[in-house]
Amino acid sequence: MRIGLVVNPVAGLGGRVGLKGSDGADVQEKARALGATPHASERAVLALAELRSRLGGPFAVPTAGGPMGEHAVLGAGLIPDVRYQPGEPTTAADTVRAATALAPQVDLLLFAGGDGTARNVLDAVGSSVPVLGVPTGVKMHSAVFGATPRAAGEAAALMAAGGVRIRDAEVMDLDEDAVRDGRVSARLYGHVRVPDVPVRVQQRKVGGTVADPSSVAGIAAGLAERTRPSDLLVLGPGTTMRAVAAALGAHVPLMGVNVVAAGGAVVAADVAAAELEALVDTAPAWIAVTPIGGQGFLFGRGNQQISPAVLRAAGRDRLAVVATEAKLASLGGRPLLVDTGDEDLDAGLRGHLPVLTGHGRFAMYPVR
Amino acid sequence: MKTGPTPSPLTPADARIGPKPPLRRFHQARWDEPLLFELGSPGERGVLPPLPQVPADVVLPDGLRRTSPPALPELSQPQVLRHYLRLSQENLGADFNVDVGQGTCTMKYSPKVNDRFVRDPKVAALHPLQDERTVQGVLEIMYRLEGLLREISGMDRFSLQPGAGSAAIYTNVAMIRAYFAARGEAETRDEVITTIFSHPSNAACARTAGFKVITLYPDADGYPDIEALRRAVGPRTAALLITNPEDTGLFNPRIEEFVRIVHEAGGLCAYDQANANGILGITRARDTGFDLCHFNLHKTFSTPHACGGPAAGACGVSAELAPYLPTPTVEFDGTRYRLDDDRPESVGKIRPFYGVVPNLVRAYAWIMSMGGAGLREAAEVAVLNNNYLMAKVLQIRGASVPYAPGRPRVEQVRYSWERLAEETGVHSEDIGVRAADFGTHYWTSHHPYIVPEPMTLEPTESYSRAELDEYAAILAEVAREAYEDPETVRTAPHRSTVHRAREDVLDDPATWAVTWRAYRRKILGE
Repeated sequence: MRIGLVVNPVAGLGGRVGLKGSDGADVQEKARALGATPHASERAVLALAELRSRLGGPFAVPTAGGPMGEHAVLGAGLIPDVRYQPGEPTTAADTVRAATALAPQVDLLLFAGGDGTARNVLDAVGSSVPVLGVPTGVKMHSAVFGATPRAAGEAAALMAAGGVRIRDAEVMDLDEDAVRDGRVSARLYGHVRVPDVPVRVQQRKVGGTVADPSSVAGIAAGLAERTRPSDLLVLGPGTTMRAVAAALGAHVPLMGVNVVAAGGAVVAADVAAAELEALVDTAPAWIAVTPIGGQGFLFGRGNQQISPAVLRAAGRDRLAVVATEAKLASLGGRPLLVDTGDEDLDAGLRGHLPVLTGHGRFAMYPVR
Repeated sequence: MKTGPTPSPLTPADARIGPKPPLRRFHQARWDEPLLFELGSPGERGVLPPLPQVPADVVLPDGLRRTSPPALPELSQPQVLRHYLRLSQENLGADFNVDVGQGTCTMKYSPKVNDRFVRDPKVAALHPLQDERTVQGVLEIMYRLEGLLREISGMDRFSLQPGAGSAAIYTNVAMIRAYFAARGEAETRDEVITTIFSHPSNAACARTAGFKVITLYPDADGYPDIEALRRAVGPRTAALLITNPEDTGLFNPRIEEFVRIVHEAGGLCAYDQANANGILGITRARDTGFDLCHFNLHKTFSTPHACGGPAAGACGVSAELAPYLPTPTVEFDGTRYRLDDDRPESVGKIRPFYGVVPNLVRAYAWIMSMGGAGLREAAEVAVLNNNYLMAKVLQIRGASVPYAPGRPRVEQVRYSWERLAEETGVHSEDIGVRAADFGTHYWTSHHPYIVPEPMTLEPTESYSRAELDEYAAILAEVAREAYEDPETVRTAPHRSTVHRAREDVLDDPATWAVTWRAYRRKILGE
């Protein structure tokens, strides 16, 4: 198995100096002026060192030239196989071009960076090859990173050893200007394929089974039990919700908000807010959403189509928040978050909400 | 180097073991022992039983008649003996190692004299179908044991019938269901509340009995979230099933308020006291207002766990719930003990006959040998041992105790190796396996891992200070290895039995094989 590496040398540059991100040449310049030094390459070395210790080495690593990977590969005592030479200084376009050049050469592409790098990698490779992030950014809301650089190296080694499944994982887009204003505004940008090694939560090496009470099949059964066949189910985006839809017999796109009949038929796919507001007037509608793993946002991130008007039409009693117990565990005790854009509605959702975790199983979980 | 047969006991890992405190050199037998079914050869026999003498008037239906002989292993007696002795050498049994790593259910020492009692023919030769006039002695022991447990818990009546902790929880859930059915509320009260750090059997038993389950997560301090409880209770609440102290080792200081909130909503409260090691003689379930409780006699009262069964659970209830206890109960009229089967509101039998009598005898003997003051002292020593061990573990690089920092724990602690894992890539499971190279081990936690990289230790009162020092020294040594030589830890075991188990096989119904027949069908594809 060939494992490639692309490093975004400036990822994380803004973090240590409090800039809440590193997107854009002016921010990077400001970060350097404040004394920031790049550390993405060092963290990539940690991931590669872990990989090397588990696979034995040295071996060749397809990568990009200089700070975009070559240095890190050398630093880990491995052999760089340079497939792309970046300009100076490097830009986001270099990440895209490097990933494009590396994708056909590798079975897994490691990338060192943050959410912005993940978006560049997604733009370049789509789902053509599995990828895995070595976390070096300021904020990593995407579910595509190892919990630590070493954990990313470990996951890559496990994949090389065989038997690891590949799953879809969310890449998030976070508005850094908004974060600097004190607001968090993230949306779902798309999906890449990653090795399914849930190191972020724990290293348990198997997903849910039919016997697992917190499996999505159990969640789907729990949802089906609460709804009548004539009810509409508004399903938020994400892999959990798509799996729930599949268990109900409906095949919906991964992105966007979808509406299915409780019986399983797809009523409307990837709807906009106005369309959704019209639909929820036609029949009793349930809103089923799952929090973003590791982050906890229920509303206002990646599912703004579920507008305050839609939420009001459904009512709190027909709000179904679903999550596997493992996903709740990944929040590390942090509450669920709501930001619907309507402060009254947010206030009404805060406190505690029942979260459907399996068939007949709920968690009473705090919402802030 | 790591596994070779060379008689020299020194491996590189041994050579690094420092002199203070001295760690034992340990090397376990490793037999690669085949399964019993793979041993022997056709026609070999250990014993030749006489052919069955079926009376002429017994007619077996065709459907019950074998068409072919059973597929039993064919071995001689010494082959069987060697097989099991070899397996026994590949174990880390409770009598063999400092067994404090089985937190939430550490087996405390079970005095060997109690085994002499239960092997005495007066107990061992009893038959459950004997007339009760001929088993007065064992009925007296059961009656007296119930009285002791009533005093310990404050409850009004007990059943000693369940064969395990989960069976006891299920019995309590069955009684809760019967209680509401008798009040015409079986349909409306269909929800049970528990906490994520209560033993998961509580949620599982409630689901098995048809209840919906609402799980409370800890608040910011690590205690069960009382606001979540207020939000969860209502007219659908049947019961709160809760462990206290929880698996974190934290005692819920608002437990009386929890009970009050549930009672005000019309629900019952059941106290999972499977592990009462830290509270014997200090708190009583009934005094806190609980309507039901259960003890695992094999956990708190020193009887063996018996490899997951048969153990013994004891269910205690208030007078209001006593009519629903399993049948029979043991009654005493002043001269004779008798079994009472005439209990129309009973949930019925949870297990055949009396329950697991040998464990009832052991528990009775243990309580009588300790006395009331002794039980309290056992709890106090268990708590001291636990907090002593916690102080030692917290000195180890990479170890931490999440939730309520600085607060003492009761009888156990759920630790986290999260920092060590982040810094070394070595996981908690690796450390537990490496500890086996030093002749001990630990258990991580139930799934999902709410505490990252968990390790759950419970010393009980059975272990001495020197033994706890030794255990902590082993953990410290393995943690040092994780930082300096992570490969050794990750590739462990090197000096204990065979290899690592693949848990994913056990998680998937398509591949788990707990019988030889299932193994042949699922794994060998026969």
